[in-house]
Amino acid sequence: MDRKVEALSVPATRKARKKISIIPYLFIAPHLLFFAAFLAWPFLYGIYISLFKFDFLRPERRPFVGLQNYAELFDPESVPFDDFWNGLSNTGEFILWSVLPLVGIALVLAVLLNRNYPGRGIFRTIFFAPYTLSVTVAAVLWWWIFQGQGGLINNVLKGIGLTPPNWLGDMPGAWIAITIATVWWTIGFNTIIFLTALQEIPKSLYEAASIDGANAQQQFLLITIPMLRSVMVFVLTITLIASANLFGQPYIMTAGGPAEGTQTVIYRIFIEGIQRSQMGRAAAMSILVALLLLSLTYLNFKFFGSSQEQ
Amino acid sequence: MATLQPTRHEIQETEVEIGESKLSKISFYLLMTLFALFFLLPLLWMIVTAFKPFEEWLSPNWIPVNPTLENFTSIFNDKSLPILNWFFNSLLIALLFTVAILIIDSLAGYAYARLEFPGKNLLFGLMLATLVMPGIMFLIPNYLTVANLKWIGTIQGVIAPGLAGVFGVFFMRQFFESLPKELEEAAYIDGASVWQTFISVILPLSKGPMITLGIITFLTSWNEFLWSLLILGGKRTALTLPVGLATLQGQYTFDYGKLMAGALVLTIPVLILYAFFQRYIIRSISMTGIKG
Repeated sequence: MDRKVEALSVPATRKARKKISIIPYLFIAPHLLFFAAFLAWPFLYGIYISLFKFDFLRPERRPFVGLQNYAELFDPESVPFDDFWNGLSNTGEFILWSVLPLVGIALVLAVLLNRNYPGRGIFRTIFFAPYTLSVTVAAVLWWWIFQGQGGLINNVLKGIGLTPPNWLGDMPGAWIAITIATVWWTIGFNTIIFLTALQEIPKSLYEAASIDGANAQQQFLLITIPMLRSVMVFVLTITLIASANLFGQPYIMTAGGPAEGTQTVIYRIFIEGIQRSQMGRAAAMSILVALLLLSLTYLNFKFFGSSQEQ
Repeated sequence: MATLQPTRHEIQETEVEIGESKLSKISFYLLMTLFALFFLLPLLWMIVTAFKPFEEWLSPNWIPVNPTLENFTSIFNDKSLPILNWFFNSLLIALLFTVAILIIDSLAGYAYARLEFPGKNLLFGLMLATLVMPGIMFLIPNYLTVANLKWIGTIQGVIAPGLAGVFGVFFMRQFFESLPKELEEAAYIDGASVWQTFISVILPLSKGPMITLGIITFLTSWNEFLWSLLILGGKRTALTLPVGLATLQGQYTFDYGKLMAGALVLTIPVLILYAFFQRYIIRSISMTGIKG
């Protein structure tokens, strides 16, 4: 860009004195244009919006309110307080429901796929297939399966003489339904990540261990688990973030119910910003949620990540 | 923070054998089959329901007594559900988005991999930093930017923000870095320009990663829900299939057969893609794995 700066900062070898070409900038320009407009700019613009009472439908009245949108979220007397914290605690509840199965079952599936037997490719294909579907398909399908009247699960339960619950209209049925739908839909992703990592573990380690007389369980505990440490942190982190972004499943399966019990914080931001066009408030909520997620990611890496790395 | 780095190996056969005895083999396959049923039966139930007539929707039979296409004909004939429009909107958006990503990200990826220019490290660092930023931060401001551009309800409003993504740039850069430098040096000695070298030497070698990136991009776009809902939600003919299906659910609340027919229309293209390009899709996922 600025040739003078470049000339000062780089030692004057023959190569560095070469004229700065515009060609590389032409290569990055198309991406940079979109990057600047839709990733760099909104970072600043979001903070800016959050400082105003920014009603999307009333552009003539958008007073600067400073940090009021943030302060409101911590003031139990304010209008958005209850809904925001309800959303946040619902998101937290879904994280508690979903992360363990999404990581644990994925690890089990990956270990089962990481063996040599006829049909293993077919099983991999089947386990991963739902991941290729749209959230709408996954959610509508499981919404139908969990229907109180005529749904597949309740038909089975009735068949064996049990009283079928009203899954989507009661707690904790709604969370169970949303969790199962999510596990079914997305677990293939984690499974493939684990499977790839398992296959990166040098086979010589297992050979050496079995010469030393270690059985399969010991090998799993002493080789597989420690070798998966860094990928485990990665999978845990992206699963946490994905679960924290829950929106489509409750939007379609429960409409946030029963009694706003599955209305997640993303759902709340959607209602506040898009449906009620209170964009200043919604932007402040987004930034707070983003900060929370960043700290979670940081803690995750700090506590599970760094030590024992080779 | 760890960096993204493609793992070099594809999923491959391993030496670990399953149990020796016949009993343990049988129980192993039993376990695998149970898992497989968990993934397959819901899909099968969607197909079964879609072909059932109204009277059978609520009954538990897995084979329709009177199989029918009436669910499909009724959603396709309903004037308030322009499902063909939705299909073509989805197709057009996914195709345009994929082509744009392939062009933009291969160009940028090549520059970040092979060309030297002032500001390169700074820009690349900025792009890396956005990887850890939660997407929710960008939702409201990007919606406003699209609104300011008068792009609400338009295809470009759906597509443009996604083109800012950095995954494809990293993905292509990683591949270009793996190519031997001699290729370009030979072309430069022959007097080719950077552009000519990129087009006639590098791109022809990039078919594999371009297909992988193309497939995963197409799938992501075809399935995308929240952003399309925000941008297109107000205009019925402009919807994509995923948003349309959610609308369908709002309208046909308890018409399960019709809903499953709609879900199937949305699913079939994806399953066909998956059947043909499974290798590429799974490889692109395993490439997002990281090493410490």
